[in-house]
Amino acid sequence: MRGQSRLIGRRLAQILPVIVLATFVVFGLLQLVPGDIAVTLAGENASDERIAEIRHGFGLDRPFLVQYASWLWNAAHLDLSRSYLSNEPVFDQIVHRFPTSLLIVCGAMVLSLVIGIPLGILAATKPGSRLDAAVTSFASLGVALPSFWLAMLLVATFALSWNWFPATGSVALSKDPTKAVLHAALPAIALAAGGVAEVVRQLRSALMEILSSQYVRTLHAKGLSPASILWKHGLKNVSVNLLTVVGLLVNRLLGATVVVEAVFAIPGMGSLIVHAAIHKDFPVVQGVVLSMVIIVICMNLLIDILYTILDPRVGLK
Amino acid sequence: MIVSVARWCWHNPNAGASLIFLVGLFVLAILAPVVSPYAPTAQNVNNVLAEPSFAHLLGTDDLGRDVLSRLIHGAPATLYASFLAVSVACVIGIPVGLLAGFLGGWVDDVISRVIDTLLSFPGIVLAIGVTGALGIGLTNGMLAVGIVFSPQLARLVRAQTLVVKQELYVDAARCFGASLGRIIIRHITPNAIQPVIVQVTLLLAVALLAEASLSFLGLGVQPPHPSWGGMLARAYNYMEIAPEQMYSPGIAILLTALSFNTLGEALRVALDPTRRRR
Repeated sequence: MRGQSRLIGRRLAQILPVIVLATFVVFGLLQLVPGDIAVTLAGENASDERIAEIRHGFGLDRPFLVQYASWLWNAAHLDLSRSYLSNEPVFDQIVHRFPTSLLIVCGAMVLSLVIGIPLGILAATKPGSRLDAAVTSFASLGVALPSFWLAMLLVATFALSWNWFPATGSVALSKDPTKAVLHAALPAIALAAGGVAEVVRQLRSALMEILSSQYVRTLHAKGLSPASILWKHGLKNVSVNLLTVVGLLVNRLLGATVVVEAVFAIPGMGSLIVHAAIHKDFPVVQGVVLSMVIIVICMNLLIDILYTILDPRVGLK
Repeated sequence: MIVSVARWCWHNPNAGASLIFLVGLFVLAILAPVVSPYAPTAQNVNNVLAEPSFAHLLGTDDLGRDVLSRLIHGAPATLYASFLAVSVACVIGIPVGLLAGFLGGWVDDVISRVIDTLLSFPGIVLAIGVTGALGIGLTNGMLAVGIVFSPQLARLVRAQTLVVKQELYVDAARCFGASLGRIIIRHITPNAIQPVIVQVTLLLAVALLAEASLSFLGLGVQPPHPSWGGMLARAYNYMEIAPEQMYSPGIAILLTALSFNTLGEALRVALDPTRRRR
């Protein structure tokens, strides 16, 4: 137990430099802007006074590290500065839009796991069978399928032709849970195709490795039935791999939702960053990228901690 | 060489089909101006959203442009984008991974932390951010995607290098007085590169999907130039009138990505020393 808590403490200490580096990368995005940002922001035919005013107003005349430090200090206090376009605080915009994206990502996560886990187990227990071949080719298809195209096909079929689901928009979960889920269903399904494929591939290879290991051979030799080998020993060991898959999925789904939201005209994080990127609204771009990377880092930390609690072998190393 | 590739394809029909498809796509991309029946940007307002016919095998889009011609002209843009992104990833990722793995110590610690950090960013989100900063366009977008991919390659190369540098022949080279650069280039790299080849093939598929996504969002190829993602974005606007517009670009993306993946997986099996062919 002592070893575990020390390990968790070390994980927490390791996360700090990662977060600092991530903020540095996010802030560094501004440095990529070709030419002078103040000139870009002022628009065409701006007077020199106006440019100077903007440069001073956004603090762009200060040294890079000073700008970074003050930005970081504000970000730590949940102040992500204001949008260049709407002058709204970026943090409020993100808080306002995040639940919509979160509902879709969570829905896709649940679907991926609920469909992917049984398929992965089935494929791994009968390697080389027709079922395995079918599941594996389904998984390769899922990886290569552009999620936004699948989303378009879903809209055309289920929303426009059959009218089962609404085609666009979103409803807050707090306002009307049924409608919210209906609106989030098609985007979540579109995202889940890639997620299921990922879960199946990872789970299948992990379980196959375990089932062909030495100790499973020993279990066979001592006369345990294949079913109880799978349920008692195989799945227990594979559950650790599942945690890794969940971590991968969070990262993957958060990225994919940005593109899929565009198909459904959903006012979530995706439309926020795409609109901001096209219109050079850098604080919003930085805010969205920062909040997503912080979510992923925190999820990874949580998963690492769960590892140490669930898998007694981790604490021993 | 050709004979052994042909034999390999014969035993892996999937990989063979993928290889043939990709080679065909390359030829098509190079010959695009010659083989496409119409100019990709030639509009004909009298014949918009037409059904497939002999004159227009895949129909026409909302501006009366020939869909087949735009599809063919989208191929070079797509391939250019995929290879640009993966080349950028290689140019950054492979040397960084080699250095981290070979030098070890604090260099490795620092590089590993940076890799961990960059891998925490959802790829397409960071790519959108970088594209927004660099300015919208296909080349900028794919530079961004390449930068986002580079830590994946760096991590792989680092892990390989850690294994290979323990080998006896590396010690032997050092005893002969080989320089650091020579050891890394002549001895470590060739022996660490096999999984990288597999990963690069798989990344080509991811890069292709990223390009399609960026173009779909309006951050990649700019109109009127044709791209498969951009064609889907236009088709999306006319989905209720002409849903068939979105089939051909989507299938083109799917098949190409599938081919890169299938080829990558087949290469993994072929290059894996622990999985000898029976």
